[in-house]
Amino acid sequence: MMANVATLSQTSAPVIEAKGVNLVFQTADGPVQALKDVSLSVAKGEFVSFIGPSGCGKTTFLRCVAALETPTSGTLTVNGMTPDAARRARAYGYVFQAAGLYPWRTIAGNIRLPLEIMGFPRGEQDARVDRVLKMVDLEGFGRKYPWQLSGGMQQRASIARALAFDADILLMDEPFGALDEIVRDRLNEEVLRLWARTQKTTLFVTHSIPEAVFLSTKIVVMSPRPGRITDVIDSPLPRERPLDIRESPEFLAIAHRVREGLRAGHVEV
Amino acid sequence: MRRSVLPVLTVVLAILVVWYVAAIPMNIRESLTAAERAGAEVWGGTPAEREGRSAWALALRNPSVALDGWTQDRPRLPAPHQVVQEFSKATFGESVTSKKSLLYHAGITLGATMVGFALGSLAGVLLAVGIVHNRAMDMSVMPWAIISQTIPIVALAPMIIVVMNSVGVQGLLPKAVISAYLSFFPVVVGMVKGLRTPDQMQLDQMHTWSATRSETLWKLRLPASVPYLFASLKIAIAASLVGTIVGELPVQRGGLGARMLAGSYYGQTSQIWAALLMAAILASFLVWLMGFLERRTLRAMGVPA
Repeated sequence: MMANVATLSQTSAPVIEAKGVNLVFQTADGPVQALKDVSLSVAKGEFVSFIGPSGCGKTTFLRCVAALETPTSGTLTVNGMTPDAARRARAYGYVFQAAGLYPWRTIAGNIRLPLEIMGFPRGEQDARVDRVLKMVDLEGFGRKYPWQLSGGMQQRASIARALAFDADILLMDEPFGALDEIVRDRLNEEVLRLWARTQKTTLFVTHSIPEAVFLSTKIVVMSPRPGRITDVIDSPLPRERPLDIRESPEFLAIAHRVREGLRAGHVEV
Repeated sequence: MRRSVLPVLTVVLAILVVWYVAAIPMNIRESLTAAERAGAEVWGGTPAEREGRSAWALALRNPSVALDGWTQDRPRLPAPHQVVQEFSKATFGESVTSKKSLLYHAGITLGATMVGFALGSLAGVLLAVGIVHNRAMDMSVMPWAIISQTIPIVALAPMIIVVMNSVGVQGLLPKAVISAYLSFFPVVVGMVKGLRTPDQMQLDQMHTWSATRSETLWKLRLPASVPYLFASLKIAIAASLVGTIVGELPVQRGGLGARMLAGSYYGQTSQIWAALLMAAILASFLVWLMGFLERRTLRAMGVPA
């Protein structure tokens, strides 16, 4: 019932809306402006990448959406609620840079962890674990321990864990940053497939231009000191994207614009 | 396991050699007195004159008497085989319910040790949980815990026993309290470290799932601290045994500590050493037991064997 009402209203209203968001960290060296005047609107079902050099605030913005940081000023709503209320309403699943699987739990046990905390009944937990394991192609690995899996498989398990409780927003913070290029390509395809299947609104932080262009319907280019948005690019690429789309002229044109945006951000500093 | 046999045997052999050699000068004066009484001629003059001479000189100048130091009835330092004889007589030669049986005394000590260890470990874990979750406890508990360990337990033990006795508590409990007093400290230190091993990312992750502090404790902090817990428990159980033995010294109501003190009252040094040997065996068994539980627990937690 609730979900239906939400879907209806979201066809018009943005899922995530930031208006003039500022965040200042008080550090020992004085205040640091991590986010300056960030305004952005993300519609339902979009795949938005945040790209920029380190210190540009891309991760900080994601953490604000997840209510892990609180903006100093400006407004930020998630599903029309404050980020904190959205978190309590299980609005999002968060995938961190490291898989962060508990070594003392099996893969299935790790995926079950948020379900236990959220109080799903035992039978439903098992059904959900089986379903998301299938989704990320880890069927049959449920009883393995994390150390028995490769880095790429561990990160897939961590994505499965974020999907397990069916949040309709997926926040991913450089999930493949520590993986090699070949594994990364495969996982990028897999993320696209998952996104096409689940229609989840996805926010994805990366510092790889090809990754950002390949995955996104919208690319947000950011620059540091203070962290701010320098360009927002709506991708004209079709939603269906084979890996070799990366050699098409359209793809290269977007990649070029992203690179220009990154360079512009640097010149200003 | 197999690889450690040779080094261990080498060390044991070295200890035995030093021990047998030391037993000669340690016991030489008694040996000479006994030989003289039996009518033998000894070097070194009268007993009074011998007092002024070094034990090594007496032993070297009386080679025929020197080895008597390994077979005396009441030696200052009993030879290893005498200790083993006393040990096996008191362990296997007596009924387990007899007060002459080392097993009987070991049982008394073991009981108080286990109760003290349980109390101390529980207190240690609870204090550590408090320290990790409460800033006031974080600032205040640790200095007191450290100070508590700087007081010599030998000075504190009689006071604990007297105070508890005056409110009518006797027997096992006062000893267990002394034992707990020694064993809670390593557990506090280890568990504070262990409960703090989860990094900020793991805590953030818990936050994204809106986990409560107690869920974070049970599902993340406690499992993450298990290796630290067992490292602490191994130290704590040995400390518990020491605490119990110290608690048994002033109260002559059984236990290995009482046995040691009784031995020194009556000049029965081999009895002291036999009780010491039993205490050492008991301690090794308890530490081994903790290691065994650790291996079992970690295997159940998916650590590769």
